[in-house]
Amino acid sequence: MMGQYCKDYFCRASQSLLSQLQQILVAALLSLCCLSAWGLIEVDRLSSPVLSERYQRLVAEYRCPKCQNQNLAESDSPISIDLRSQIRRLLEEGASDTQISDYLVARYGEFVLYRPKVQATTYLLWWAPAVLLLLGLLIVGLVVRRQKRGASAVPASLSDTEREALQALLNNTESQQDTAANPKRAEIK
Amino acid sequence: MDRIKLFIPLIIFVVLAAMLYWGLGRDPNAMPSALISRSVPAFQLPDLGQFKPAGDGSATAVIAEADMLDETLFLGHVSLLNVWATWCISCRVEHPYLLDIAESGVRIIGLNYKDEAAAAQQWLSKLGDPYTHTIADTKGGLGLDLGVFGAPETYLVDHLGVIRYKHVGVVDDRVWRTKLQSRYQALVDVLASGAE
Repeated sequence: MMGQYCKDYFCRASQSLLSQLQQILVAALLSLCCLSAWGLIEVDRLSSPVLSERYQRLVAEYRCPKCQNQNLAESDSPISIDLRSQIRRLLEEGASDTQISDYLVARYGEFVLYRPKVQATTYLLWWAPAVLLLLGLLIVGLVVRRQKRGASAVPASLSDTEREALQALLNNTESQQDTAANPKRAEIK
Repeated sequence: MDRIKLFIPLIIFVVLAAMLYWGLGRDPNAMPSALISRSVPAFQLPDLGQFKPAGDGSATAVIAEADMLDETLFLGHVSLLNVWATWCISCRVEHPYLLDIAESGVRIIGLNYKDEAAAAQQWLSKLGDPYTHTIADTKGGLGLDLGVFGAPETYLVDHLGVIRYKHVGVVDDRVWRTKLQSRYQALVDVLASGAE
């Protein structure tokens, strides 16, 4: 119906653009529904809610070997799909969390662990933040202490003799400055 | 002392810059294989050549359990184990180079990873077959045990069936000359001196 009122090119073009946008939006919404449904199907394959709770926790803890920084739960790469199904299989077979972790590390190395084991190669990784924090606190402590000591080292007030000496010095320089700055005025005087 | 203090920011900057510059040259995808210095995992899989075409255009293995390939395939020879599939585009890129090095006498075992047997057979008959054997890992079980995370991958396996090196990505002239050839030759030399 709108087409009747739409005689020029731009109007028609904008109309077709609008309907295209509409289509894209609908398609996007539909695919979103499919994605969430797909995720659910995967979870539901486990036999007990205890297992699926463990499964959810485990797949969030391992890193997809193919991706730079995605866990197995988030990644849709073929290798992550395989590893998820392996984890489900191991869970159904009654494997413990440690056994599953060992299974993955034996194949893909420590790379897959988002929480690396505490061992000689990872001490730096684990303890560096704490060491740096302590170091920072130590430096702040030292600086604060030095400032305090510096402030207390300057006497709060001058003694009488010191004050006189200071006054004499100030007077002296003032008169010197006068003569230096205005030699003519000094002559007039 | 105070003069030295003035240089502390500069020193920190230089150290940081050097570290970041070093990091720029590193490949973030590089991942050491967990299986280096370990034996090829045990497997029992058919050879790709033993698949016969079925009526519906697919292919099924007609093979007795005893004829299955297993990890003893690697004993007595130094071999490359090349993981490939027809769905892997980079595999097509490296294929001609594999034919070249196979012709020069390098023993290459193929691992056809999660692939359709019929399509894989067609690929080899059309493009040439650089493999002395092709293990048909239709389900990807051996690939998983090997820690394969994307084809193509190439493993260097010594005559005792121990994995010595892994290269992820296309094997081309540069990779062969800089990474694989010297290691391969060293293993071949060890085998030759042991055999004498």
